[in-house]
Amino acid sequence: MFVIVVGGGKVGYYLTKELVQSGHEVVLMEKDSLRASQIGDEIGSIVVPHDGCEGRYLAKAGANRADIVAAVTGDDEDNLVICQMAKHHFAVPRTIARVNNPKNEVLFRHLGVDEQISPTRMILGSIEENIPVHELLHLAVVGGGELDLIEAQLREDSPAVGQNASALTLPDGCVLFAVIRNEVPLAIRADTLLQAGDKVLGIGRTECEEELQRVLLGEASPD
Amino acid sequence: MRIIIVGCGRVGSLLAESLDAAGHEVVILDTATRAFDRLPDSFKGDAVRGDGTDEDVLRRAGAEGADIFLALTEGDNRNVMTAQMAADALGIKRTVAKINDPLRAAAYAELGVATVCRTNLIADALARYLDLPIAVGPGVQAPGFADEPVPGEQPAAPARRGEG
Repeated sequence: MFVIVVGGGKVGYYLTKELVQSGHEVVLMEKDSLRASQIGDEIGSIVVPHDGCEGRYLAKAGANRADIVAAVTGDDEDNLVICQMAKHHFAVPRTIARVNNPKNEVLFRHLGVDEQISPTRMILGSIEENIPVHELLHLAVVGGGELDLIEAQLREDSPAVGQNASALTLPDGCVLFAVIRNEVPLAIRADTLLQAGDKVLGIGRTECEEELQRVLLGEASPD
Repeated sequence: MRIIIVGCGRVGSLLAESLDAAGHEVVILDTATRAFDRLPDSFKGDAVRGDGTDEDVLRRAGAEGADIFLALTEGDNRNVMTAQMAADALGIKRTVAKINDPLRAAAYAELGVATVCRTNLIADALARYLDLPIAVGPGVQAPGFADEPVPGEQPAAPARRGEG
């Protein structure tokens, strides 16, 4: 695969190295010429010392035939512009943006960026996995970006406890498919009764979330 | 009209002052409090310190449902992002992004973002003053409201992207 990585910070640097090692064709774009030449000295002449936000330099880097453009600079606005230029002017099939402010994920999705990776969200998710939360937990964005994989941990007082999982009234465009009980995954069957402590896994459209939260966990308590 | 301006530089502050004086409801944002020194004491609008590319900040400043949104910071990409955010997430119909790179301005105009390009505006103004006909891209490109006067007659096609 031919990948253009834009942004020669830590993320871009290690990403480029790993991709090269896995045998992919890679070009790294870094607009700071000093940084670019440092990296070039180390990993060879695959560094384009120019701004990946500019069409002419993206063209120079070979955006016309790139399979993937990964925008991993530290600035969300730059990553957005890089992906939009790649998408709309070079018809790059897959654009990936690093998103620092997790709130920007939705915006980037609406504006045509294929995949949004938010380190902030990932670390947050990792922390939240280990502390009791009273809300739906987002595990991943799937299916073109309009669907969320979610998890809900049931408490003693959650309305879904004691109910038959397959008989719950769920919003349209949303399914529950598994329960994790005592670290054991169980498929949801016709007779699965939900218990306190269960982690219920589901998949659904983003806008169903509020209703799903109500059905499984009750009204969100603003505490 | 309610008008949101992101970036209290020379252009932002000048517009904020004039629009306020003309009786509009103006909210201006900048990351630096000092930038608001450019506003006159008579300014009656809101000056909000905060990152105008942050959706939460914009909402708190009351940007949702405003009539006009002007992205006038010194960063082309910041302007592009916040203008699209204003249209997409805040439901603002008329948004304009200042993009000083002519190529990027043209590219985003094609994508449906109204853009104003200082580089083209100055080059065009100079060429007119000196009466030297040269090919300069339009200073304002406004796909959303085509009835807008657009300086620079012919849509000069000098810089093809993908070359150079």
